[in-house]
Parts: sequence; structure tokens; C-alpha cells
Amino acid sequence: MFRLEPRASAPLLWQVATPVMAVIATMITGGLLFAALGFDPVASIRTIFWDPLFGPASGYSRPQLLVKAGPLILIASGLALGFRAGIWNIGAEGQYIIGAICGAAVALAAYPHEAFWIFPAMIVAGAVGGWAWGMIPALLRNWFGASEILVSLMLVYVAQKIAAWMAFGPMKNPEGFNFPGSRNLQQYPAASNPELIANTGLHWGGIAALVALVVTWFVMSRHILGFRIRTAGAAPRAARFAGVRPERLVALCLGLSGALAGLAGLFEVAGPAGQITESFGSGYGFTAIIVAFLGRLHPLGILLAGLLMALTYIGGELAQMMLNLPASTVQVFQGMLLFFLLGFDILTRYRIRRRA
Amino acid sequence: MIDPIAVFVLLLGAATPILFAALGELVVERAGVLNLGVEGMMIGGALAGFASAHATGSPALGFVAAAIAGAALSMIFAALTQFLLSNQVATGLALTLFGLGLTAMFGKPFEGVKAPSMMAGPFGLNLMIWLGLLAVPAVWWFLMRSRAGLILRAVGENHDAAHGLGYPVRKVRIAAIAFGGAMAGLGGAYISIATVLQWTEGMTAGAGWIALAIVVFAQWNPWGVLAGAWLFGGVTVLQLRLQAAGVAVPVQLLSMAPYLATIIVLVAISARQKFGRSGAGSTPGSLGQPFHALR
Amino acid sequence: MSDVFRAEGLGKTYPGVRANDDISFSVGAGEIHALLGENGAGKSTLVKMIYGLVRPDEGHMQLSGTPHAPADPRAARASGVAMVFQHFSLFDALTVAENIALGMENPPPRAELSRRIAELSQAYGLPLNPARRIASLSAGERQRVEILRCLLQNPRLLIMDEPTSVLTPQEAEILFATLRQLAAAGTAILYISHKLEEIRTHCDRATILRHGKVVGTVDPRAHSARELAAMMVGAEMKLVDRSGRKPGDVVLDVKALSTPAATEGVTLKNISLTLRTGEILGIGGVAGNGQDELLAALSGEITTPHGTVTLSSADLSALGPDPRRAAGLLSAPEDRLGHAAVPQFSLTENTLLTAGGRQDIVKRGLIDHNAARAFAESIIKAFDVRTPGPGTAAGALSGGNLQKFVIGREVLGGPKVLVVNQPTWGVDAGAAAAIRQALLDLAAKGAGVIVISQDLDELLELSDRFCALNEGRLSPPRPTEGLTIDEIGLMLGGAHGMEVGHVPA
Repeated sequence: MFRLEPRASAPLLWQVATPVMAVIATMITGGLLFAALGFDPVASIRTIFWDPLFGPASGYSRPQLLVKAGPLILIASGLALGFRAGIWNIGAEGQYIIGAICGAAVALAAYPHEAFWIFPAMIVAGAVGGWAWGMIPALLRNWFGASEILVSLMLVYVAQKIAAWMAFGPMKNPEGFNFPGSRNLQQYPAASNPELIANTGLHWGGIAALVALVVTWFVMSRHILGFRIRTAGAAPRAARFAGVRPERLVALCLGLSGALAGLAGLFEVAGPAGQITESFGSGYGFTAIIVAFLGRLHPLGILLAGLLMALTYIGGELAQMMLNLPASTVQVFQGMLLFFLLGFDILTRYRIRRRA
Repeated sequence: MIDPIAVFVLLLGAATPILFAALGELVVERAGVLNLGVEGMMIGGALAGFASAHATGSPALGFVAAAIAGAALSMIFAALTQFLLSNQVATGLALTLFGLGLTAMFGKPFEGVKAPSMMAGPFGLNLMIWLGLLAVPAVWWFLMRSRAGLILRAVGENHDAAHGLGYPVRKVRIAAIAFGGAMAGLGGAYISIATVLQWTEGMTAGAGWIALAIVVFAQWNPWGVLAGAWLFGGVTVLQLRLQAAGVAVPVQLLSMAPYLATIIVLVAISARQKFGRSGAGSTPGSLGQPFHALR
Repeated sequence: MSDVFRAEGLGKTYPGVRANDDISFSVGAGEIHALLGENGAGKSTLVKMIYGLVRPDEGHMQLSGTPHAPADPRAARASGVAMVFQHFSLFDALTVAENIALGMENPPPRAELSRRIAELSQAYGLPLNPARRIASLSAGERQRVEILRCLLQNPRLLIMDEPTSVLTPQEAEILFATLRQLAAAGTAILYISHKLEEIRTHCDRATILRHGKVVGTVDPRAHSARELAAMMVGAEMKLVDRSGRKPGDVVLDVKALSTPAATEGVTLKNISLTLRTGEILGIGGVAGNGQDELLAALSGEITTPHGTVTLSSADLSALGPDPRRAAGLLSAPEDRLGHAAVPQFSLTENTLLTAGGRQDIVKRGLIDHNAARAFAESIIKAFDVRTPGPGTAAGALSGGNLQKFVIGREVLGGPKVLVVNQPTWGVDAGAAAAIRQALLDLAAKGAGVIVISQDLDELLELSDRFCALNEGRLSPPRPTEGLTIDEIGLMLGGAHGMEVGHVPA
């Protein structure tokens, strides 16, 4: 039999190798699943992981990579800060929705005015909206000790209901033939978030995601704040001893990750999505949790993980069109990926030895 | 206008899924394990139960299948957290995401299909409502009066001490996780087989998370879970009644009520625990901590 | 005297460590047999093998003449081995009766069990209410629960793992009276400790372990404490040098410090003390009487009302740990792993916990990693920390080496006042001596030092004045010279209302 022996620190090799192993294991298991469902496993896996980049339709799907990866990376880089500190914001989906609604509200209020300040004001409104939605669980935890996990998650459902209400009520497009949903911001130049370079899929959200990665990398590796965040996650008592105030850290991490999620929502509603609809939230907030873990809470890892996750989204759509695979394949893949990652993680934390 | 008995019957129905899932999670948490995958196991049970009931025409077999499916999903969580010592918060989340995806994938053929009708029990309430109500004293008796329950509480309170006395911490926890999974499966199946009478993607709509909150609200006491489930059921029924009565509040805002009520209840109980003089509270001592015996 | 327990050639190897090597000894009926050794000498591995928690790689054991190879603790209990753990194996949220039932193979029904608990606690003078929750009991009362749990099984061999570390001297006397009573009834008792005086007074024989091997089995009454210590450590103990200290002006003034009633931990009640430069103030007390809270109130982890903590006429009461460090008030908590240091972090990173400001490692929030490494290296050098380098994770160091690092980090910070809690707990004798000497040297250079410790010998060795901490209250200070252990025991709260056993043997 085997025996586990805790490691004092996680070797870099395993930290890099385990996510790769998890991806490979997911492909293999996914292939078996497809085979069981009666699909050609090799073709399915190739359609999901290869064709979006290099297949015949890659001209269409490649730009989609940045469109999907942008919000994932933006949200995940904020979540990673909190996860490092042991603060579990799992309600990014709600903060994403509220950020989009707040940003859209600015645009719809200004409509049809054309001015340079409209888009920046929307950005501010999106960030503030997401920040405020994230501060609710933060304050409830600090004041009353309520679990931020459950509160932030409940607020996702509340945010979804608000989005539905907006789509049917206050934000409904007066020229929309009574269909639910707001005006389409893509058709309102002062408020739209267009593709910046043709056929790249890059919009302001992608730029924001890159900025977020660089800033979080700097904070985590060079600034004392990053050290305090890591200390709070690794040893809360040592963090207090070092002068960390847990309440401030909770407010900072939930507020910041909320603001970044809100920004992601804003860029989405002003860009690819275009309007607030009943089902505006599309799960980016939850997928970003997987991206954060798969990227080992490290900015560079999050970049790669975000691109990979975006790939599965696009590949999933492609597989749905080409092979008739069910649309929810991607979700199953993402869940499996996280399972494998968590399972393989034992290799970074323990040494496995054969029992004498 | 509103018949109180009829409202109470509706309340019991609305409370039952939460009651099952929360009682299961209560046992899991009393054993020192935090499984955030309740939502995923519930939706798994909802689909497996519905599919089996539809295929066999027997709701009873549907519930059996739901319990098995919930327990099976929970075993993924058990394997990862108990053998591979993964983080319980992250693993529970993964289970929820996985369960939602898996059911969306396999549930397609069952969309738009109707469920076979439920068996009525005494006083016109179906047997699952009765079973849920009976489960409350049963879980209480098991935890507080039986030897096995004492060992389970000991494992949850201080796993190192329990190990030191020679109790099989891991086995006890795996058994508790399986029970929690089966109960969540039953709760989910109640939604698809007895309440909504059909399968739709993501139909549990956060019930699993509400069940988790209710365990905290109940302070890990089965009778408190009953109170919490009824409170939740009451809010749900009230909200539906107001919708039906055509109150001048948008439907979408009314339907927030259960989630907002859950937050309020959670805040109230946390505040009482924080500021109250009731002592150290009743949170199981080893809740959420991985156990690894060095030997 | 017939042997109840006998070990022959026991051996156990962990990766990289030979924990036990060819251990042979025996315990007779009615005997109190001491197992003596330093931290890391292999005592706990040996005991775990007897209790079925660990299986030996080599050798065998006998209990009353029959082979003893328990698969798990339940099997060990069934064959008549009982154990009182050092860190209590009790369940806080459960009642006394439930805790005792968990320690028995076939507990009787609740009413019957309560009756037997009452009976037995009467017989041995260990009063306990079976319906009370463990969380509401004192350390001494908790130990009674553990002992009763063992007694209800009529054990043939009773193992006591450092039982007096949580007791006042008076409480320890009562415990020994109970043990004598048990021994007189024929129970064999294996008594694990490193307290030499206690063993010399109360034990019939002593088996001494060093580096996992038996050094010898001796009659402890026939040897001086000094000789026993030499056998245990393997060398003559170095005496510390107390010379060169002159108390000067008051540097730290604590006035009427109280903490609000909390649901967890001990509340500090109206604590006042003054500390002079060049002085070492010892604060003794049984574990769990407010030591952690006092350190937290001085380090700044807990803040208190204005005027309660004053350092050289600056009021620090409302300030957190960082500004207090800037003002020169440094501290080192008891728990090395997770409080004074982060086990997963490297030594270099661990300097950042407390030394960021004082060593110019952190400027305007930016970390100078090179400066941090240089400081870690200087601690390693000055305090002889045995480690491959500053990049090593703190958790990979031995207790003694990590403690040297933690104390060194604060001492090299050049404090005006240093507060340490349990500075040599779980540390080997060599490292303990080095740490004590460092504290004395610091005081000799003019710093004020507060040593909070449960080791009375250590306090008598180091401090100029002595206070006792008891249930969150601090006694007035007494000069250490001429203070006896008995007087200290009374200052620590005497026997906390325990009574001596009173049943004919």
C-alpha cells in the first residue's frame, strides 16, 4: 500500500505539471464519455481542443478565443486574490450581472446623446456596481460573521432576478416591439465596446484583463499587500500577528473581485452581448472559479487557464454544430477538469511513498 | 380567501426538498465535513429520479434511483476529500458545477415529458412529505441517542482525538457523506417528481445552497432544520400567493424572496452566534478540516 | 514483583528517522515506572506502539505474559492498556458522560454509566458532574475525565503522557496520591515526563531514552537530578550566564489592562505590571490561564483602552502590531507553526512577518527580497539555525531550530521590550540553553524582557521577578531569589479545589 507524507513546500515542478495532467486526464475521460454516448471520441476531442484554433473554421473561431477569455481572466484574477487569502467569493456571477446592469443604466440614461465621457462613465458604473454587490457579503461577514460563501451565492440568484426584471421592466427597449431586453448598445456608438483590431476579438475587456493580470502579479510578488494576502490564507493567526486586519482584507478582496467581475459584465454588455436580457449571466462567474484554480491562483497560470477554458467554450459550440454533441458538454468538461485538478493536487502537497 | 390548511399543505410541499437535503447535510457536517455540492447532488437526484419514475411508471422507484444517484455523486466528493485530501470548499463547488453540467447533458431527452402521478398518503399528503417529517426525529435520535451517532459527533468534533481512541474517522465520514448524498438526491427528486412534475435544466434553482444555509440557521440541530425548512416553505408559498393575487410588484422581484429570506436568516443567526452569550456555539469542531493520520 | 508489561527489541523507522531502536524494558505490577527523555527521544513513538496507534517494525511486546500486538487502540484497550494523553483527547462539545462512553468498548446505559462515574469519582476524590460539557471544565477537571475514563476499564497498564504539564504543583501532588492508590491495587503505571524532580520523588524505576535508544533503567531516587539530566541529554548541561544585568528605568508600564468577555479563550482581568530596562520578568501559570491573551494584548493583536499599555511614555494601547513594533515592542508567540511563523513559507519570507519595517526590508509597501534573504541569513548565522538555507520552508525545520529562528528574528530586531511566550517549549536541551542565553544577553544589553512560561525551572533560572497568571489575573510580582516551588504553587492558584483521595486501598 501507499502512504502520504506531507511536504513542507510545494515543488514548482508539480505545481506546473498537475494542471497539465488534469487537462490530459479530462480529455481521456471525456473521450470515453463520448464513446459511451456513441460519438467518435477522437473526432470529438479534436473538434473541441484543436479545430477552433487550426481547423477549417478557425478563421471564425480564433477571434472568439479572446472574446471568451477576456471576461474569464478578468474575473479570475480578482477571485484568485481572495482565494489565496481564504476568502471565498463564489458569487462573481452576480457581481458580473450587476456590473453590466449598472454600466448599461448609464448608457441607457444617456441615450441617444453622443459624448466622449459616456463609455468611461459606464466603466466606472460597472466597476462600482460589481464592487457594491461584492461588498454586501463582505460587510455581512465583517459585521455579523455570516458566511461569505452562502451570501455571495444567494446574491447570484437575486442578481439574475434583477436582470430579468430589468429586461421585462425598467430597461425594456421602447422600440423593441415589446420583446424583453434592453436597447442594443452595439448600435449606440458612444456606449459600445467594439473590437479594437479587426478579426482579433480584442475589445477593451481584453485590455482590462491584461492590466488586471499585470497588477495582480505585481501585488502578489512584490508588494507587502500580496504577502499579507498569502499569509492570511496560509496561517490566519500569523497574519494577525503580522498586523493584518482580517476585516479589511475581507472587504478588499470581495470588493476588488466584485469590481473586476462588474467590469467584465460591463464590457460584455457593451460589446459581445450588446444588451441586458433575462438570461444575461452566462456562467462566466462560475467558470472563472475553475480558471482561478486551474491557473493555480497565479497570474500567468490564469492567463493560460483562461485561454484554455475559452477554447472549450468555442470547441463545445463547434462540436454542437459539427457533431451534434449536447451543448452542456463544456460544463461537464469543466467540472471534470476541476475534479482532476483537485485530485492530482495531492502530488504537490504530499510525497507518496510505498509502505514498507 | 386563503384557506390556512391549504396554505400549510403547500408549505409542507415547498419545504420537503430543503428538509431532505438539509437533514443530510446536517449529518455530513456533524461528522466534520463541509460538502458544498448539495446543489449538484440534488439536481442529479432530480434527473435520475424523474427518468426512473418516467421509465418505470413508479414514483417510488424514482426516489430509490434518486437516492442512489445522489449517493453516487457524493462518492466523487468523498474520494477526493477523504483519500486525496482535497480542499472541501473547492471540491464541493466542483461537484455542484459537475452535477449541473452532467444533468444538462443527459436530461435533454426528458424535457417536456410528464411525471407519473404521486401516491397520496394519510391526510392527502404524499408519502415523501411524511417520510421527511419522520426523518427529523430519526436523525435526532440517531445523533443524540445512539452509539453510532455519538461516534459520528466525536469524529466531527475532534478528529484527532477520535482517531487517538481508535475510531475510523475516514470510514465514518464516507458513510456520512453517502447519507448526505442520498438525502440530497431524494430532495432533488421531490422537486422533479412531486412539485414541478417535469424535468427542466437547472430546476433546483439554488435549493441546495438554501439547504446549506438552513443547516447553519439550525445550529446543526435537526429540529432547527425543520423550522428553517418551514420558514423557507412559508416564504415560497407566500410569494407564489402574492404573485397569483396580482400584487403590484414585478414577478421577478417577488421571486427573489426565498433568496433574500435565506440571507436575512443567515445574518440573524450569525449575529446571534457572534454577539450572543450562548457560548462557543455549536459548530462542529473539525468542520471543513482535512484529516490525515500521520502513521 | 511480576511483570505486567514487557518490551523486547522494539524498533520503528520513519523516513529519515530511526524513532525507536532495540527498546527493551518492563513494568511490574504496582509499579510507577518513569519513561524519561528529551523531546524527540522517541517516547511518544514508543507509547503509540503500546497503545496500538503505531505498529513496531521489529521486536515484540508482552502483557501479563501473553503477546501484545494491538491492531488499533480499541484492541489495546480491550487487552487492558489505558492511556491519558498529553494533549487531551476529549471532545469539547460533548458531555463528561459521553466522553467517557467513547473511551469504553461496551458502555453501560446512560443512567448506569452516570452512577458508576459518580461512584468512582468519589472513591478517588475526583469530583465530576457527568452531565457537564467538557468546554466548561478547567484543565485539571479535564484530566480527571481522562483518568476516570481509564479507571472505568480496570486497566492493567495505565500510561500517563506528561500529565502534570497542565497542573499546579499542588494539583500534581493530588494526582500522585491517586496514582499511588492505583498502584497499590496492582495496576502498572508507565509515567512519561521530563520533569526530573517529580520523577525522583514519585517513581519506583525510570527508563531513560536518548535518540530512540534505551540508555538505562535506574532507580531515580539513587541519582541526582543532575545525573539524570546528563543521562537524558548525553552531556553535562551548560549553565546559563546571568551576569551583567542592571535594572534601570521603567520601560513598559501596563495599567489595569482588561479584555472584554469573549466566548472563546480567557478574559484578562485588571492586569498591571511594570518592566524596567535590563530586567527579566517571569510570568508563570498553568496552561490556559490567559498566557496567549496576555501576549496578544502586548503584541497588539488585541487592542485595549487608552492608557493601559505604555512604552517609554508613549501610549500604545490602541495601536496594532505594526506600529508597536516600530515603537520597539516586539514579541514571539508560543505556537511556532502558524502563529510566530508560517510553516509553508521559506525562512526568508518569514522574516517579513515582523521584521519588514525594522530591518528596512519593506519600503513604501515594496518588498526588497534581497534584504529579506540577507536578514534571514544573518539570523541563521547568529543563532546557529541548522538548515540548508534561507529558502527552506519553516515547517521543514526541527522545533528547536525554528524556535531559534523565531527568537533570533525578534532579538536581532533590537527591541526595547521583548515579550516571549513558552520560548523553549518542545525544544531540545541544546537549543533551549541557547535561547535562554540569548534572552539573558538581550536583557544585559538593556532591553526589558517578559518571559511567559509554564516551565517553573526556566522562570526561576531566568527572571529577576516572578508573577503568576491565574484565570486571567496577574499576581503582584515577587523577587525570584528565595522563592520556593511550594510558594509558587500557591501563587498559581493552589489545587483549584481538588481534594485528596480518601478511600482505603
